[in-house]
Amino acid sequence: MEFLSYLISGISLGSVYAIIALGYTMVYGIAKMLNFAHGDVIMVGGYISYTFMAYLNCPGWLSVIVAMLVCTILGVLIEGFAYRPLREAPSLAVLITAIGVSYLLQNLALLIWKPDPISYPSLIGGTFKLFGGQLSISYISILTIAACIVIMVALTLFTSKTKMGKAMRACSEDKGAAQLMGINVNRTISVTFAIGSALAAVAGVLLCSSYPSLVPTTGSMPGIKAFTAAVFGGIGSIPGAFLGGILLGVIEAFAKAYISTQLANSIVFAMLIIVLLVRPAGLLGKYVPEKV
Amino acid sequence: MKDFQKGKMVPVPSNSIIPERDIEERPVLECLHLGVDFGGLKAVDDFNLTVGKTEIAGLIGPNGAGKTTIFNLLTKVYTPTRGTIILDGMDTSGKNTVQINKMGIARTFQNIRLFSNLTVEENIKVGLHNQVKYLTPTGIFRLPSYWKKEKEFHERAMELLSIFDMENMSDWQAGSLPYGAQRRLEIVRALATNPKLLLLDEPAAGMNPNETAELMENIVKIRDTFKVAVLLIEHDMNLVMGICEGICVLNFGQIIAKGTAQEIQSNPAVIEAYLGHKKED
Amino acid sequence: MKNLNKKLSGAAKKDLLTYVFVIAAFIIVNILSSAGVLGRSKQGLLVPICCYIVMALSLNLTVGVMGELSLGHAGFMSIGAFTGVVVSMSLVESIPSAPVRLLIAMVCGAVFAGLAGLLIGIPVLRLRGDYLAIVTLAFGEIIKELINCLIVGYDTNGLHIIFNFRGDKSIADLNLVEGGTAIIKGAQGATGTKTIATFTAGFILILVSLFIILNFVRSRTGRAVLAIRDNRIAAESVGINIMKYKMIAFVISTAIAGAAGALYGLNYSNLSATKFDFNTSILVLVFVVLGGLGNMLGSIIAATVLYILPEALREFADYRMLLYAIVLILVMLATNSPKLRNLFQKIIPFKKKEGGKVE
Repeated sequence: MEFLSYLISGISLGSVYAIIALGYTMVYGIAKMLNFAHGDVIMVGGYISYTFMAYLNCPGWLSVIVAMLVCTILGVLIEGFAYRPLREAPSLAVLITAIGVSYLLQNLALLIWKPDPISYPSLIGGTFKLFGGQLSISYISILTIAACIVIMVALTLFTSKTKMGKAMRACSEDKGAAQLMGINVNRTISVTFAIGSALAAVAGVLLCSSYPSLVPTTGSMPGIKAFTAAVFGGIGSIPGAFLGGILLGVIEAFAKAYISTQLANSIVFAMLIIVLLVRPAGLLGKYVPEKV
Repeated sequence: MKDFQKGKMVPVPSNSIIPERDIEERPVLECLHLGVDFGGLKAVDDFNLTVGKTEIAGLIGPNGAGKTTIFNLLTKVYTPTRGTIILDGMDTSGKNTVQINKMGIARTFQNIRLFSNLTVEENIKVGLHNQVKYLTPTGIFRLPSYWKKEKEFHERAMELLSIFDMENMSDWQAGSLPYGAQRRLEIVRALATNPKLLLLDEPAAGMNPNETAELMENIVKIRDTFKVAVLLIEHDMNLVMGICEGICVLNFGQIIAKGTAQEIQSNPAVIEAYLGHKKED
Repeated sequence: MKNLNKKLSGAAKKDLLTYVFVIAAFIIVNILSSAGVLGRSKQGLLVPICCYIVMALSLNLTVGVMGELSLGHAGFMSIGAFTGVVVSMSLVESIPSAPVRLLIAMVCGAVFAGLAGLLIGIPVLRLRGDYLAIVTLAFGEIIKELINCLIVGYDTNGLHIIFNFRGDKSIADLNLVEGGTAIIKGAQGATGTKTIATFTAGFILILVSLFIILNFVRSRTGRAVLAIRDNRIAAESVGINIMKYKMIAFVISTAIAGAAGALYGLNYSNLSATKFDFNTSILVLVFVVLGGLGNMLGSIIAATVLYILPEALREFADYRMLLYAIVLILVMLATNSPKLRNLFQKIIPFKKKEGGKVE
């Protein structure tokens, strides 16, 4: 029973990672950059929704939508101002810029919402009891897992069925060729950032609902973990990000429960290293050797 | 166009021909039933070729015939699925690219691969890496042998650059050289590794007729001075017919003809591969 | 003089300039501090600045010269720091001379960090690009958490080490005899360390690191590493063993980071492993990128300026990190975006040298 409860909390945490990782993997696939500011968009999503719920007394669902809107705009602005001018620049320059953006968001949050941790009101409270109360699952866990599955399916359909989705896949394969086929590469990348950021907002709300302490650096670690999850599953692959996220969450939950709380992150990262040594492109990624 | 002296060709087993002057010597390269599959596709199949110790051999064929794949197999960029490669009497199976170079194969690339941020001289020095040696601490602490060996590096690099009269370019950044000079530098860098067999992948690509003519002279000169065998891939038929002794024609991963320039030029299978089917009346 | 000028190649001249710059800076700072111009708080910055300069030089060897992105370099600094602290604190009685103890601590820090570099390099250097980056990041975090679990003490019986991975052990479990000292106390880190780091030691460490790195880059081995960075496939084709040379460069880089860490660790009486987290790795990476890849003098200047900048912006209090972030983004845009570069050049006539090149 204990095992089952750890498993469920692992899957729930993993679902949050998976939602972030889905955004990460899409952005990485198309822009080929490590967007270190992605984690901070999660934090912004958390703060915006908190502000709307706590100060303006908005219902939870409305504040989630507002957070998604704000983050979408934020993502598009970041891409347009900070990343777009560097499209041809060396990847390290883009990386450092992303780090700059990450600092910027954290420090803006620090000024606006102050450094003291905010106790985040959960989106929905209460637990669901099974086996005569032996196993209790919080409603927010169920909501998180459901949201993750819905998002995964929706994204898969979007990238395979819609015109914009196909354009995204074309751009991540070969930007030059995509442009020649009449695809507006800049617009496609903007849309990708918009989707990724909206997902980050959702993840922010869900993350804070389960772990209700919100500070300006809240997004950093989940951001890194989600990126690890994306690499774990095979970066650029949507099912890979989903699988990687869930596995990572479950590994983390079990490591915390059965091995060591102190070393939980180490165990997660060690798993990543092992997976990459065995499969250099991640679990579901495909390895493309350099052409000679 | 200058006429180059070519050796009389004689047949050897493996259904190849090599120059008569090399018949007493061990052939530098023997490929036996070499083949590689890429996911079910036989990219190269049953490739047999013998290259004489001082031969200039040519590998030709339409685009996509598998010529560069053969070079990648010889240098173990790809691992062969089938067959053996014997280099100067030694089996190369199980060896990697680095070991193959140490055993005596050096190559150039179809899309030039220089160390473009290093100078011309440094590019050659990297080529000389396994010819002149000292340990890392010797370099860090600049012990006396560092200065001695670095002098040797410099002198040998300059000597190699003189083949193409490139000494005056020694401190240019390799990436800033004109295209033709980059191709020449790549050849010199390959030569610096002291190979027994030099593989040239389209050495004349992008060169004008004058440059090509000069290149032909230089390839022959390199063969004569360094006593290396040369196997080259080229689309410029003047170059191939002008200097190659044995020519091997590849199409769809398989050898369709082997022989001297005259034999190849009149071979119906070759003509068909290049010009397509002749309509039957 | 003219003859000398001719004899020295461009590279040697640049190296000489770097040494001259460092020595001149050392002399000027010494004059200033003896004249009393530098206040106590400014003097306190000198050793950490030296440490970060050495870190930047070390990381520049990995990122600029070897061309591989490492996001976990603070981990090696951490190993060096805690090794240095343990060594120094254990030798307090047997070696009373502080400079000698500091030297031994830095050498041990370098050796341990170098060994860790060797072990980590085996899996890491096989990977490429962003995969390598994420795995180095992972290792940095692993090192941090492992050190957080360490409890180390020293008494007449020698060193006592406990690995507290379940979180149920404390200093009492070390069973130290009377007169023994606990050196590292788990998550609390090292406390009560005797601070023996000096600015002169930092200056010497910078010179030694420069000497090693610059001479390395101009040697046969260094050329092989540069060749691998420029074109891995071509380097292999001329018989260069990729793993071997990357490993040599990486181990040298991590060993230097370890020495810097030891100096850093012995500059503070309290130090916790969380100091060496991902953000520290990133901080050093920013120094390297802004200083110019492969440009050692650039790393030195960038580390100094960027370490002082947040301190200098102290009067802006809450806004200083915000300003720092904005400056960082603007500098990256100004130097890397063709459009903005032209615009900036019109306003301020400056020319930045192309990155990635080692002269």
